[in-house]
Amino acid sequence: MSNESKVKIALVVNGELTEVAFAPHKTLLEVLREDLSLTGTKHGCELGECGTCTVLLDGTPVLSCLALGLACAGHSVRTVEAMAQGGKLHPLQETFADLGAAQCGYCTPAFLLAAEALLASNPKPTRAEIKDALAGNLCRCTGYIKIYEAVELAAERMNGRV
Amino acid sequence: MAEYRVIGKALRKVDAVAKVTGTTRFADDLAFPRMLYCKLLRSTEPHARIVSIDTAAAASLEGVHAILTGRDLPIPFGILPVSQDEHTLCVDKVRFIGDPVAAVAATSEEVATAALDLIKVIYEPLKSIASAEEAVAHPEPRIHDYGDGGNLHKLIDLEFGDADAGIAAGDVVREDLFFFEGSTHLPMEQHAAVAMWAPPPDGKLTLWTSTQTPHYVHRAVAKVLALAPARIRVIATPNGGAFGGKSDPFNHEIAVAKLAMLTGRPVKITLTREEVFYCHRGRHPTLMWVRTGVKRDGSITGMHFRSLLDGGAYGSYGVASTYYTGALQTVTYHVPRYHFQGARAFTNKAPCGPKRGHGTPQPRFAVEVHLDKIAEQLAIDPAELRLKTLVPPNSLTANYLRVGSMGLGTCIAKVVEGSDWKRKFRKLPEGRGVGLACSSYISGAGLPIYWNNMPHSGVQLKCDRGGGVTVFCGSTEIGQGSDSILAYIVAEVLGVDPFDVAVVTADTDLTPVDLGSYSSRVTLMSGNAALQAAERARQILALHAGRKLDVPVERLTFAGGRVFDSKDRKRGTSFAEAVQWAEAAEGTVGTVGSYTPPQSAGKYRGAGVGPSPAYSYSACVAEVDVDPETGIVRVPTIWIAHDVGRSINSASVIGQVEGSIYMGLGEALMEEMAYRGDLKVVHKIPSLLEYKSPTTLEMCDVVTYLVEDPDPNGPFGAKEVGQGPLLPVMPAVANAVYDAVGVRIDEVPITPEKVLKALKRKQKGEPARYGPDSFPEIPWPEPVRVPTPWEGGDGKAVDRVHA
Repeated sequence: MSNESKVKIALVVNGELTEVAFAPHKTLLEVLREDLSLTGTKHGCELGECGTCTVLLDGTPVLSCLALGLACAGHSVRTVEAMAQGGKLHPLQETFADLGAAQCGYCTPAFLLAAEALLASNPKPTRAEIKDALAGNLCRCTGYIKIYEAVELAAERMNGRV
Repeated sequence: MAEYRVIGKALRKVDAVAKVTGTTRFADDLAFPRMLYCKLLRSTEPHARIVSIDTAAAASLEGVHAILTGRDLPIPFGILPVSQDEHTLCVDKVRFIGDPVAAVAATSEEVATAALDLIKVIYEPLKSIASAEEAVAHPEPRIHDYGDGGNLHKLIDLEFGDADAGIAAGDVVREDLFFFEGSTHLPMEQHAAVAMWAPPPDGKLTLWTSTQTPHYVHRAVAKVLALAPARIRVIATPNGGAFGGKSDPFNHEIAVAKLAMLTGRPVKITLTREEVFYCHRGRHPTLMWVRTGVKRDGSITGMHFRSLLDGGAYGSYGVASTYYTGALQTVTYHVPRYHFQGARAFTNKAPCGPKRGHGTPQPRFAVEVHLDKIAEQLAIDPAELRLKTLVPPNSLTANYLRVGSMGLGTCIAKVVEGSDWKRKFRKLPEGRGVGLACSSYISGAGLPIYWNNMPHSGVQLKCDRGGGVTVFCGSTEIGQGSDSILAYIVAEVLGVDPFDVAVVTADTDLTPVDLGSYSSRVTLMSGNAALQAAERARQILALHAGRKLDVPVERLTFAGGRVFDSKDRKRGTSFAEAVQWAEAAEGTVGTVGSYTPPQSAGKYRGAGVGPSPAYSYSACVAEVDVDPETGIVRVPTIWIAHDVGRSINSASVIGQVEGSIYMGLGEALMEEMAYRGDLKVVHKIPSLLEYKSPTTLEMCDVVTYLVEDPDPNGPFGAKEVGQGPLLPVMPAVANAVYDAVGVRIDEVPITPEKVLKALKRKQKGEPARYGPDSFPEIPWPEPVRVPTPWEGGDGKAVDRVHA
């Protein structure tokens, strides 16, 4: 077990080709947090129930606690660490910060990535579409309302209306 | 009203950028070289004597560095001085499924888990107790060998005036029974802790942990490990949600501390979600009986309230929780005579404790539904009934709670108008209904958890010659925004940008004590301490700036990062230069501030729970849709008005209101800590999937009205907001269900099954109700009798009459 031989894979993490070696039973969540020190990705259950570990795999939200690290070889993973670019926050990060959509902040990286994927496929989502897209992510602090508002405001800004 | 530049504004929180970039370091994000991982072996028996524990095979597993059992840590602990009934690992017996019996430190979580499988524990099972009623019926076998007899942990009997005579004077006397099911906090972050030991001569232990109460953890670790507090540093990492669930010192925190000392290596534990359910400390399942007398004009003549709490396996905050089920009935409506009897039972289930609202949501549910029924009996609109009986501001209640600012009347008016109540109540089509309820909550407890006469909150403040200011405070950021509150208050007083204020919190080596993030105390108490420290710094700076600028001190204004003459704005200097002048004149510019709540008016035994520097008030209207075919209740909208005294940050206040409504909605409709199996002691649903909580698809719309009735005891008039707005949600939903389909669900959560059962009874012509129908006989003690303030009372109990 402790002597389990590691496997090495190559994948694209936040736009950078990355080689990483890890025990083959590890989930993507564990590889990101433990082997790549990308602790921005959180966990609430490690059973696929809460959505807190959401990352984007080839642009699609996945639960990193249910994805095997090995299965991600050759794929592209995006985590919250890549959202702010060139010392500037992503519009979603700006609006989450401005409107108080992050209270304890623990579920926030997952919501940001799920929202980013939504806006990539649907730049002008309705409130109902936002709720639908975020229904797999639990937040115990906010009651979700500030999160909807932040997604709506970011969508407006990204569409150049504000 | 004073013009504020920072206070009340919807500013970003000081940690907002860290939160949205994922850079906030939660406890499980910490990693150190050579770190070991800890796992706890938990009891599979609900109640059993430990015959033997054999750890030999586990100890010989490669990668295992240390194993602890109960005998290694014989000193007990617990949050309350009166219930030091927990051990780090069970010593002689286990008391619930999930009670920890052994701890392993190994090179990985996998090795530690494999080691747990090799530990052999032999149990001798004892009869288990599954409910409070069972605990009353079965005094033996005792779960603990202390308490108020048998399996009753605590019995309380307090009488303020002759309540029976008061009730009898009512034109209507009504009696009702209610049950409030237990629920848990479910923070998204599982508890985690990391310990590190520097060997002698340093002999210093450092513990990072996701706790709301680093000061109490500090005390518990010192006690159990018999270490000098000066050699222990507890750092509360930002909590990924807490809601009361991280307020106790926990066995896993002490286990990793001891393992770090034994191995000389950093040791980390991160609980699994299942284990978080075993930590619990959530809402006590509570059975309640209430009898009230009311005059035809709506005024209450007397109230008698009984509660029976299922405490689970340990004391936790339970004695306080039990008092809280009786304390706050009097601060919303004027109750001239009041009798409270409360009992807490030990059972073989995960321990209950303080969850958001701590002991007050249960009685608030009972009283608000009870009043709805009384209003119907009297044919008075339930909003009108409440308005007729409001406690006046600046008054003393029958149980000697001092009410200051009181905006409940305004709150009721806001939600009645906003929800279009008068056109909806009893007038909506079958299946749709509205319900109203109110509440109040403390802004911090008037007394500390362990008796002492020191401040409840302390702040140190340092002004840097570069113009920055650093605030040090023991308060703990749990997502509620307490770090930001410190920065805003200091920035307001010193006229600097809040983002030029560095905040250092929750570190027992660096920060003055603040008792912790519980009882909605932090804004009021640490806020007042910060206010005092900032005002003292301003005095020092003003003295020297006044001399240099040749302006009288009282004419100096601190604003926009400058210090200037209010009569001649050009005559001034930068804040940084003002610091430099002061530093040159008298050395380092640093101040302290502290806060101690006012003396309580009650002097009777039990008067310690309920007093607060200020009470918040909320009124709520819920609109519901009830499907008579499925029993499913949907809540499209909730209107809530909350008297917060004064918003320090209006966006944060609304965030707390919405979060409270969300959590209340979960308790109203779905959340339950249920147990199964023949013995009803196996947790039914220790997972996030099966423990139902509202997702985006169940969450209602929320219309929030902030009522600002500043309280003289709050910083800038601020009162609490983190807990109070949760309280009226459950009764408002229950009252709305009655308005919609004419059945009374006198129990939460209001599940489809309960609604269908009540609808069936209604169809059969039976009482259209689902809820408890009896309250067991409890051996109540002789009451502590306290004459009310309006009957010549002075807050003291009268001598007991001995027959």
